[in-house]
Amino acid sequence: MECVFGMVGKGFALVVADTSAVNSILVHKSNEDKIMVLDSHKLMGASGEAGDRAQFTEYVQKNVALYQYRNGIPLTTKAAANFMRGELATALRKNPYMVNIVLAGFDRDTGPSLYFIDYIATLHKVDKAAFGYGSYFALSMMDRHYHQDMTVDEAIRLAEQCIEEIRSRLVVAPQNFVIKIVDEDGAREHSWRRTTRD
Amino acid sequence: MSIFEYNGSALVAMVGKNCFAIASDRRLGVQLQTIATDFQRIFKIHDKLFVGLSGLGSDAQTLYQRLVFRHKLYQLREERDMKPETFASLVSAMLYEKRFGPYFVQPVIAGLGEDDKPFICTMDSIGAKELAKDFVVAGTASESLYGACESMFKPDMDHEELFETISQALVSSIDRDCLSGWGGHVYIVTPTEVTERILKGRMD
Repeated sequence: MECVFGMVGKGFALVVADTSAVNSILVHKSNEDKIMVLDSHKLMGASGEAGDRAQFTEYVQKNVALYQYRNGIPLTTKAAANFMRGELATALRKNPYMVNIVLAGFDRDTGPSLYFIDYIATLHKVDKAAFGYGSYFALSMMDRHYHQDMTVDEAIRLAEQCIEEIRSRLVVAPQNFVIKIVDEDGAREHSWRRTTRD
Repeated sequence: MSIFEYNGSALVAMVGKNCFAIASDRRLGVQLQTIATDFQRIFKIHDKLFVGLSGLGSDAQTLYQRLVFRHKLYQLREERDMKPETFASLVSAMLYEKRFGPYFVQPVIAGLGEDDKPFICTMDSIGAKELAKDFVVAGTASESLYGACESMFKPDMDHEELFETISQALVSSIDRDCLSGWGGHVYIVTPTEVTERILKGRMD
């Protein structure tokens, strides 16, 4: 019942993820951070099998850092997205990573961008994306209320509406959500939406 | 659901008088859910050669990247662009290489060959080529497309009429297929220019 979703606004991109770590009927913890900060201006929200998620996101984060050390400049968001797709595609026919990713980034020349990367390594640049059972609610909510060039406040309000929808309509809804934002000042945690405290 | 129907796709290519047209739908889905309505399925290899890749989106992207790589190497070695017939053989060979673990794609290749003679072909996921003189189709809407093209096609259409014909055939077929749709993307290629147009159909 994990969900990750994201959207692009005016000069920023937002990623929201639930924070539950679940094993069958047990909730291990409800403050698991599933949105990794890849580098100064990239956010990678991942959902899927827990071990694969942690391993793959850390692998990508370290490789993105390595590129920057070797070449002196950071990867663009598009390049990072294509790198991830390549790794997922290579592993697909051997030992697939069951991880779905929403990648948000900000580049100086092209502005904010959001990429949808499936676990089968389907890559697409989008304005709004969502994974998991929550996507049925989040995508519909965003289809109705999203428009180009939203302000941060409008986008947060829309994210809250999506979270409310998931909380009220999904049978085993996650308890807490984290919202992270990336804009020209960098990638950072924005806020949490909690119903329980750990 | 078959793996070929996971993302949903529709592709068609038609031959006209000294020109060809290649068209696709724009939907990217994950089974019943629509993810995007601007997905690119037709790619330019060079000015007179286009390839459309239907089937699983991930394999279409992987295969496209490999094809661009092979064509760029060819250009460096031969100092010219690949002929469509040669390219079709290349795609067929690359697909058969993976005979026992195939790419889940059905390519449609369309190009202008020697003396700008239009060439179209399609193949199955393991590279069995099907050359045609009139039209080729691929994707989840292929059965509808066969019917629509068979009834609407006539030989030696000029590029204006060809555009109308291929657009009508595509839109009427994808409107009946739940896995493809959200408009169409049509490329009309003549020896002198390439025209790209977006169609609006049933946006569902």
